[in-house]
Amino acid sequence: MTLLLGRKRGMTQVFEDDGTVVPVTVVEAGPCVVCQVRTEESDGYNAVQLGFEDVPDSRASKPRRGHFAKANVTPKRFLREERLTASPELSVGDVIAADVFTRGDVVDVTGTSKGRGFAGTIKRHGFQRGNKTHGCMNYREPGSIGASAYPGRVFKGKRMAGHYGASRKTTKNLPIVRVDLERNLLFVKGSIPGPTGGLVQVRTARTGGRKN
Amino acid sequence: MTSLIDSLEQENGKSHLPPVRVGDTVEVHYLIREGDKERVQLFIGTVIRINGRGIRKAIVVRRIVQGEGVERSFPLHSPRVKDVTVARRGNVRRSKLYYLRDRVGKATRVTEKLGEKARRDKDRDAAFRAEMEAAAAAQAAAAEGGEGGEG
Repeated sequence: MTLLLGRKRGMTQVFEDDGTVVPVTVVEAGPCVVCQVRTEESDGYNAVQLGFEDVPDSRASKPRRGHFAKANVTPKRFLREERLTASPELSVGDVIAADVFTRGDVVDVTGTSKGRGFAGTIKRHGFQRGNKTHGCMNYREPGSIGASAYPGRVFKGKRMAGHYGASRKTTKNLPIVRVDLERNLLFVKGSIPGPTGGLVQVRTARTGGRKN
Repeated sequence: MTSLIDSLEQENGKSHLPPVRVGDTVEVHYLIREGDKERVQLFIGTVIRINGRGIRKAIVVRRIVQGEGVERSFPLHSPRVKDVTVARRGNVRRSKLYYLRDRVGKATRVTEKLGEKARRDKDRDAAFRAEMEAAAAAQAAAAEGGEGGEG
């Protein structure tokens, strides 16, 4: 299992040799530095902590500065951990770059989806809307939210309007179409969560994924 | 500011696109695979739409085959689209010629653009095409040189 942190740079398309058009999202990924190694003995679980994107000393908080000084790396903007089943093979200070992935690898991409504020049931849950005309007044209303005297209450978890987006989302099983080592770019097939410029975590697909 | 995506599209797309306008009668040289052989097929018709920007830019070409209208979309940056040559320049007043779909027979013709302006356009396109071919030749030469260097 490999983790790489990066920033979403936007979408475009690439042509295969046979003329097929492949929609891709470009991720500027890595290089990431191992800032801490957690092991069963010391922390109760195995993991590596990756830091991504340099940040000036003054921008890092004091506790973080201490943490980075301990690992002897420059302060990073983002720290993310990846749990491992076995004890980590990497050691503090190791650099991971886009070359951990190659064309054809299948990855899961995690990010924070775009925030949509307080959204109605149509946008949030895909409810259907009412008629536009014929005297209908329930154009974008949720409709009935339950029965009457029995059960006499609204069930927990009933899908209603509310805050939507800005949550952690993972898009699974996306093949990597191209890797640009010079500029640390990953071309991932399809769309991924979050806005352009948002932080994303790219990791090898958990379920193995389809090969294509 | 050029965004990363823009520059990527510039790198991955063709440096020059054939000069095509809506209303033109064009020949699209399209590479098709027959078994394990490849050959260039010509699709001749009228450009009724140009859509998309950057690497997504595409034209829709309409022609009548056995009395039935056929429209094909060609992404101009596709490696399968070898060339698009203009046989006849159309004089049209809108960017999308969807009205041609409702017409049959002689009414489907688009009048040819003639006169001084058309001649100037033609000269400009010819100049552009020459530049495009020169660029392609240079690229081919560079590729060959690169291969030779590696080998």
